[in-house]
Amino acid sequence: MRRALATFCLGVSLGSLGACGPGTTDIVAVDGSSTVYPITEAVAEEFQKGGRGRVTIGVSGTGGGFKKLCKGEVALSGASRPIRPSEVELCKEARIDYIELPVAYDGIAVVVHPDNAWVDHLSVEELRRMWEPAAQDRIKRWSDVREGWPDTELHLFGPGVDSGTYDYFTKAIVGQEHSSRGDFTSSEDDNVLVQGVSTDRGALGFFGFAYYSENADKLRVVPVDGGAGPILPSLQTVADGSYQPLSRPIFIYVSRKEAERGEVAAFVDFYLDSSAELVAEVGYVPLPDPAYALVRRRFAAKTTGSVFGGEGSKVGASVEQTLANG
Amino acid sequence: MVDPSRSSLIRARTTTGERLTERLLLACGLLSVLTTAAIVGVLLLETLEFFSEVSLAQFFGDTQWTPLFADKHFGIWPLVAGTLLTSAIAIAVALPFGLLAAVYLAEFARPGVRRVLKPTLELLAGVPTIVYGYFALVALTPLLQRLIPELAGFNALSPGLAMGIMIIPMISSLSEDAIHAVPRTLREAAYALGASRLQTIFRIVLPTAMSGIAASVVLAVSRAVGETMIVAIAAGQQPRLTADPRVPVETMTAYIVQVGLGDTPTGTLEYRTIFAVGAALFLMTFVINLASQRLARRFRGAYG
Repeated sequence: MRRALATFCLGVSLGSLGACGPGTTDIVAVDGSSTVYPITEAVAEEFQKGGRGRVTIGVSGTGGGFKKLCKGEVALSGASRPIRPSEVELCKEARIDYIELPVAYDGIAVVVHPDNAWVDHLSVEELRRMWEPAAQDRIKRWSDVREGWPDTELHLFGPGVDSGTYDYFTKAIVGQEHSSRGDFTSSEDDNVLVQGVSTDRGALGFFGFAYYSENADKLRVVPVDGGAGPILPSLQTVADGSYQPLSRPIFIYVSRKEAERGEVAAFVDFYLDSSAELVAEVGYVPLPDPAYALVRRRFAAKTTGSVFGGEGSKVGASVEQTLANG
Repeated sequence: MVDPSRSSLIRARTTTGERLTERLLLACGLLSVLTTAAIVGVLLLETLEFFSEVSLAQFFGDTQWTPLFADKHFGIWPLVAGTLLTSAIAIAVALPFGLLAAVYLAEFARPGVRRVLKPTLELLAGVPTIVYGYFALVALTPLLQRLIPELAGFNALSPGLAMGIMIIPMISSLSEDAIHAVPRTLREAAYALGASRLQTIFRIVLPTAMSGIAASVVLAVSRAVGETMIVAIAAGQQPRLTADPRVPVETMTAYIVQVGLGDTPTGTLEYRTIFAVGAALFLMTFVINLASQRLARRFRGAYG
């Protein structure tokens, strides 16, 4: 599904069909994470209404987006985790500098079937016991997770191994990025996960908060205890950083060279100016205003490099603090 | 006796246009052979690469299939179990319904009824499998959940049933042809000996047509084993060694789809798993087809 989407250019205004990708001068080529895609799509739609340029958006996932950015194929790429050392290396080899811009927070929602009455909350420790590699073929029933829970089969649902959400979740819960049990239903399509959890009494799944809020009537979200008591994910708790460790910033990475182009700069400026409003509209959590100011300043100064990563997912990072320190 | 001058005339004609046509036809025939050979070749090559890294003992000895994850296991059985389970359910539906439909159409239906019923039944085979897939997921599963509350949203039962419906016409149509081919004289002989209509059908006609019926069933089994879209949509994507039709499973074909749609880089071990699974699938259908030929030969009466 990803591949099909990647070749499909969205937001191309009439008359420029077939002009996907760079090469045509006034087109802003975007690729990257499926999590960031709804925001970029909303921004691009508004941007094109103003007639200030055309935007094409592909969805190859966070990793695929970085690959294209570092090849100079796109002007900017969406990412649901910070850039990894291997990707930093890739960009360096191609002499592509990038500007890292956080645009929103996303909370990862842990959800169960609405009829599941026994789960009042889950601690990070319990989540780890369910998802760590050692759980494979061992933790198979709810009664294996906490004493007193029913002897019902546990069916787990999570995003595919290529997604930034999977990377972040494993880093935050298991402790090591990309490390989890393998006997769960994994799909790159978040709607499949929603369908699975909402029709299975023994199910537990996780995915971006936006997909939960869209399907809140079919799912029950579980409060997660990261050490300071059980907390439900909401716009409020994600924004103030109390929903930890499962809230994270999401980014766009802009190529430094491409940022020189008028329409790219105009698009990114428009992106940052309209984010606060559009981010909430598509179901994510806007950064606090001072953070957006810092991000805007970062883009105006064309500051390259990464302050969030260089090492992939980072748990519990506050955008404001990290930017102020960086 | 053939007139020698005429026969040379025919030969003269064959040498020109017809020889060309013959070559063309040969090429068309060879194309399918070559395609098959190429597919088998690629499959074998990539599979050999796979088995240079993963031992056959792991492949056939392990009971877990998790090649995309941190703790990698390469046991094919959970995928085979998923495939066999969904196929068995499909055959359990299609065999009785298909065979009885064939008997009805061939022996009982009035010509007018038959004219309407047969094409309608065959229409089932023309429905795109993606439609069956979503039919299983959004219609059949919720319906079944009312009867079986512990049925999971993704399960083997409902895609198995959908698949069964899909292959009914395969069995009914081919079996009906086989029943139809049984000569009238056999039936009349049975009646003459005092057999009732049902006795004639079940003791004389069906056994005589057995090779054709068996062939139709085997074809249907192959179709069920190779079916992809229905199970990829409605059976879930969780390799699980189980015979429980109520929980999510993953079939061999669904696994290949899952990896094919993801961003797994080509040339990696993870990528090669799909060729190994494909080869195993190929082997399975191959064995089924061989078995069917044996079966058909064994049952072959004078008229099958």
